[in-house]
Amino acid sequence: MSIACELSNPNLKKTKAEKRITTKILLIRVLCGLVVLWLCLSLSLGFLCICKKKESASDDESSSSAKGMLFRNQKNVSRSEIDAMLSLFFDSNQVTSFECRKESDGITCSLSTRSEKEEDEEEEEAKRHVVAELMSSSDNDEEGGVLHEVVLFYVINKWHWWLVLCVLLVGGGRMIFARKEVSSFVQDKQQQQQQCKRAGQWRKNMLLLCIIAGVSFSVLWFWDTNEEILFQRKETLTNMCEERARVLQDQFNVSMNHVHALSILVSTFHHGKTPSAIDQKTFGEYTERTNFERPLTSGVAYALKVTHSEREKFEKEHGWSIKKMDFEDQTLVQGFDPAPVQDEYAPVIFAQETVSHIVSVDMMSGKEDRENILRARALGKGVLTSPFKLLKSNHLGVILTFAVYNTNLPHDATEEERIQATIGYLGASYDMPSLVEKLLQQLASKQTISVNVYDTTNASSVIKMYGSEVGDMSEEHISSLDFGDPFRKHEMHCRFTQKPPIPWLAILPPGFALVITFLLGHIFNGAINRIATVEEDYQKMMELKARAEAADVAKSQFLATVSHEIRTPMVGVLGMLKLLMDTDLDAKQLDFAETAHGSGKDLISLINEVLDQAKIESGRLELENVPFDLRFLLDNVSSLLSGKAAEKGIELAVYVSSNVPAVIVGDLEDEILKQRLGSDETSCNTLSGYPAVNASGSWRNFKTFQDHSCDKTELLVTVEDTGVGIPVDAQSRIFTPFMQADSSTSRTYGGTGIGLSISKRLVELMQGEIGFVSKPGVGTTFSFTGVFGERERDSSVTALELFDQSIQEFQGLKALVIDSRNIRAEVTRYHLQRVGVSSVDIASSLATASTSCASKLVNMDLILIDKDAWNKEEYVAFNSGQETSTRPPKIILLATFTTPAELSEIKSSGLVDEVVMKPLRMSVLVCCLQETMGSGGKKRQTNRKPKNLGNLLRGKQILVVDDTMVNRRVADAVLRKYGALVTCVDSGKAAFAMLKPPHDFHACFMDLQMPEMDGFEATRRVRDLEEEMNKKEESRKWHTPILAMTADVIQATNEKCIKCGMDGFVSKPFEEEELYSSVARFFDK
Amino acid sequence: MELVQMQKSLQDYTKSLFLDGVLDSQFLQLQQLQDESNPDFVSQVVTLFFQDSDRILNDLSLSLDQQVVDFKKVDPHVHQLKGSSSSIGAQRVKNACVVFRSFCEQQNVEGCHRCLQQVKQEYYLVKNRLETLFKLEQQIVASGGMIPAMELGF
Repeated sequence: MSIACELSNPNLKKTKAEKRITTKILLIRVLCGLVVLWLCLSLSLGFLCICKKKESASDDESSSSAKGMLFRNQKNVSRSEIDAMLSLFFDSNQVTSFECRKESDGITCSLSTRSEKEEDEEEEEAKRHVVAELMSSSDNDEEGGVLHEVVLFYVINKWHWWLVLCVLLVGGGRMIFARKEVSSFVQDKQQQQQQCKRAGQWRKNMLLLCIIAGVSFSVLWFWDTNEEILFQRKETLTNMCEERARVLQDQFNVSMNHVHALSILVSTFHHGKTPSAIDQKTFGEYTERTNFERPLTSGVAYALKVTHSEREKFEKEHGWSIKKMDFEDQTLVQGFDPAPVQDEYAPVIFAQETVSHIVSVDMMSGKEDRENILRARALGKGVLTSPFKLLKSNHLGVILTFAVYNTNLPHDATEEERIQATIGYLGASYDMPSLVEKLLQQLASKQTISVNVYDTTNASSVIKMYGSEVGDMSEEHISSLDFGDPFRKHEMHCRFTQKPPIPWLAILPPGFALVITFLLGHIFNGAINRIATVEEDYQKMMELKARAEAADVAKSQFLATVSHEIRTPMVGVLGMLKLLMDTDLDAKQLDFAETAHGSGKDLISLINEVLDQAKIESGRLELENVPFDLRFLLDNVSSLLSGKAAEKGIELAVYVSSNVPAVIVGDLEDEILKQRLGSDETSCNTLSGYPAVNASGSWRNFKTFQDHSCDKTELLVTVEDTGVGIPVDAQSRIFTPFMQADSSTSRTYGGTGIGLSISKRLVELMQGEIGFVSKPGVGTTFSFTGVFGERERDSSVTALELFDQSIQEFQGLKALVIDSRNIRAEVTRYHLQRVGVSSVDIASSLATASTSCASKLVNMDLILIDKDAWNKEEYVAFNSGQETSTRPPKIILLATFTTPAELSEIKSSGLVDEVVMKPLRMSVLVCCLQETMGSGGKKRQTNRKPKNLGNLLRGKQILVVDDTMVNRRVADAVLRKYGALVTCVDSGKAAFAMLKPPHDFHACFMDLQMPEMDGFEATRRVRDLEEEMNKKEESRKWHTPILAMTADVIQATNEKCIKCGMDGFVSKPFEEEELYSSVARFFDK
Repeated sequence: MELVQMQKSLQDYTKSLFLDGVLDSQFLQLQQLQDESNPDFVSQVVTLFFQDSDRILNDLSLSLDQQVVDFKKVDPHVHQLKGSSSSIGAQRVKNACVVFRSFCEQQNVEGCHRCLQQVKQEYYLVKNRLETLFKLEQQIVASGGMIPAMELGF
């Protein structure tokens, strides 16, 4: 019953707890999901941000830096140009206009500076200002961009770490949580296992997720860093390429401007003056001197526009004929043939020293040059040829041609007007490879990149002007070049000379992160596996534990049942043996029968012991506090043991210190205590065997009152013997169940060795200690302490009441104890005092008594003589001496063991009034005294108990409930015999009706198994009813004692009885003593 | 002399009842309950027992002869019989009832039938014996003798 309760209760609790836990898990999962989602979102957002940022930053940077570069170059160039101009001319109508538009996220700066015929300083300052501002702004911007980027990247990194940390924390928390979870519910295995499996799976998944997250994070990091590095590389390339392209372009433009200026110079001084201020010498000298202005040109030449009609005149004027360009043999200048007849000629009249060989060559005769010339005069701008091999130098080059007009043409002049106004052409040849070479040398880090310049005017056939096909072909940056001729398109291709290095910076940190991830994964995997195994082991252990417990319970139940079942037939066996022994048997048969009887008794006691042991082991033995009289209890104990003691020839005595309170509230198990005390002594006996009590002589059963607080009493109980003692080597295992001092002991003295272990456990239950001192050959002293409550003398528990009357009779009697042993005499005195004999004298022998206190002897009412001190002759003499006395003292002989023959002899001698067998007991002593003093009858003695039961039950209204008529009848008769007024009913329902308060019944005996309403149910209902009544009526408490009548008294039934409100039970059929003890509790008030 | 012999034979007969295990100490207690105020107590109770048992055995036979045996009905009967037999100290009947009940618990129809036979046998045995005992007693009483008190101590 109780087990079932215990089982069901945790179940209930568990389900509740489980619900709570599942909701918790759900909550945590949802939280985890939210966190992860949020992290992902923020991460992607951050990523987007940084990308945008980078893009804008790079845009700004490149444009601004390029522009800045442009300005810087422009500034430098224009300065030198102006210097040169200053030295020669003073009027210049050139308009310099710079426009700059700069856009960035923060600052939008639009600057436009127009300087028109300004003072040099002003212009310069303005330009500088612009440059400075642009530079600074670009710097700022760049810095800002980088700063942004760094911060963002840092933040993103932080996010990554936060993510990892969160995942780990959640994982860890989950793990701890899971562990807690595990420890919090342990009972339901299946549920548990499922839970565990789920938890394990969850953990594994979590770990996998973490590892995947870690790996992807590492990959992402690597990709991110690598991308950045590549981006930076590309950016560097772009920057460098752009820089180079701008520089080249600027240089070229400057040169072109200068050539333009030269053309104007020629128009002004050659055509504008008559006679011409320039001849070949002046031109050569001037051009040579200003060659630093045109570092890119290999030479300049001026050709005059000559129509065919003017050819002869022209040839005459100059003294040479117009020659045709010869491409076959460029080295041979002398071999120029006269130019074939054409509409128009363009013979060179002035040329720089470096190209003086082309003087008189008709520029119109070369195909490229002709086209160039035509285009130049039509456009009025500088025009470039496609690259071709230059004369003499054999390098690839381009020719820049400017037309020289005789009038100052307006801007919107038509083509026709321009052609008409043309009077000559100024050409400059550019040597491309050397040009680029020169340029690149001016710039830093020319080693790292290779530069190619292409003419892409004709997209299908791109002409390479400079460069080689080396370097890393994978990345290339193309910048367009504008050489001022809209017809021509040029491009600059830049690439790194070396392949990109392995990006260690991008590989290492993510690599480490990856390694850490895997390491952590490994560790956690190990931990998870460990947890799983531990959980599994735990499960197994719990299962085993449950099984072990079940087995233990089964064992106890089995023991209880079997013991119970064995006891019943054993009673039969014993009874029959006893009967057998009463029949006529010969000595041999009697011996066999006695042996069998003895063995049977031993078996029963063993079974009882085993039962007790099992009870204690299963923890079902609970101590209940019931008041009892220690002295009376000890009397019972000694009487129980007296038989055994007599068999072994042991003298037994009990002494209780006068300090010990009369009534003690102790464990309910006083019965057991009694038995245990018994078995204690039995074990003692068994172990040490009392071989020669009389020889050593010192013995006692001694109780001392030790400590006394307000309501708790600690008792010291000592059991002494003078036996063989316990061997020293066996002393340590004395309290182990089924352990004898040695195997020979059991053979010699018998016994199972279970008694002491039971005693020990009982004493422990009573919060006491047990111990012993033993000396082989001297004896053993066992002692134990126990804590008991104390109570006022209560007549119900003291057996004294039974003898109250007699004790009063004995008051005032004088007694003399004659005993050769002091201690024994002391014990006798103690017993006499208990029964009320107040003045007790002690003498060692009759002789000493008669000599020392002869006068006293006369007045003595009682003389108790120990058999050891018995001397027949002496007493004959003494008796004869007393003959005259009016009231001779009664003489009582205290015998330890006497054969019946001896006893009858002593009795018949008439010297002794009574013989009392030791151990002394109160009841025995009282009987004996009553008999000797003639105050009591034998009849009264024999009928004492039943009479008492009669007293107890007399006039009481008792209800007997049983469905079997026979049982009813028997119970009725038994109870009637004790004077009770019995009412019988035959069913639970009827009983319920009868017991409906108010009623007159003092008690009810209830059968348990009845049709319709059984005893349990009836009792329950009656109790409910009583409770109701008690609530209504304050004055009287209804509680009818209900006792179960049952044939099988087993633990479970007993518990069930108590549980449904019964007060106790009596076995059916009634046994007098049992009936008395169970009824006494209720009626003895 | 005849009376003494009758008393002796009664004593022997009673003893044999105990030795055969037909009766146990409970019967002695019943005898002790019988006194002046209630001179026929034992025979009254025993007669009651016979009436009761006859009825129960009848019921049991009927119940067990059913096609489908309702053990819930059988068990209380057996329990009752056990209770009453233990009350008068009919030990062997009681023991047979214990076995009977265990078969009832197992719902073993075959075993129950066997047990019923056993119980009946034991019951008729105890009935015969007790009836003989009462006859002897009556004879003694009729011839003016006292029924000797039995002293059986275990």
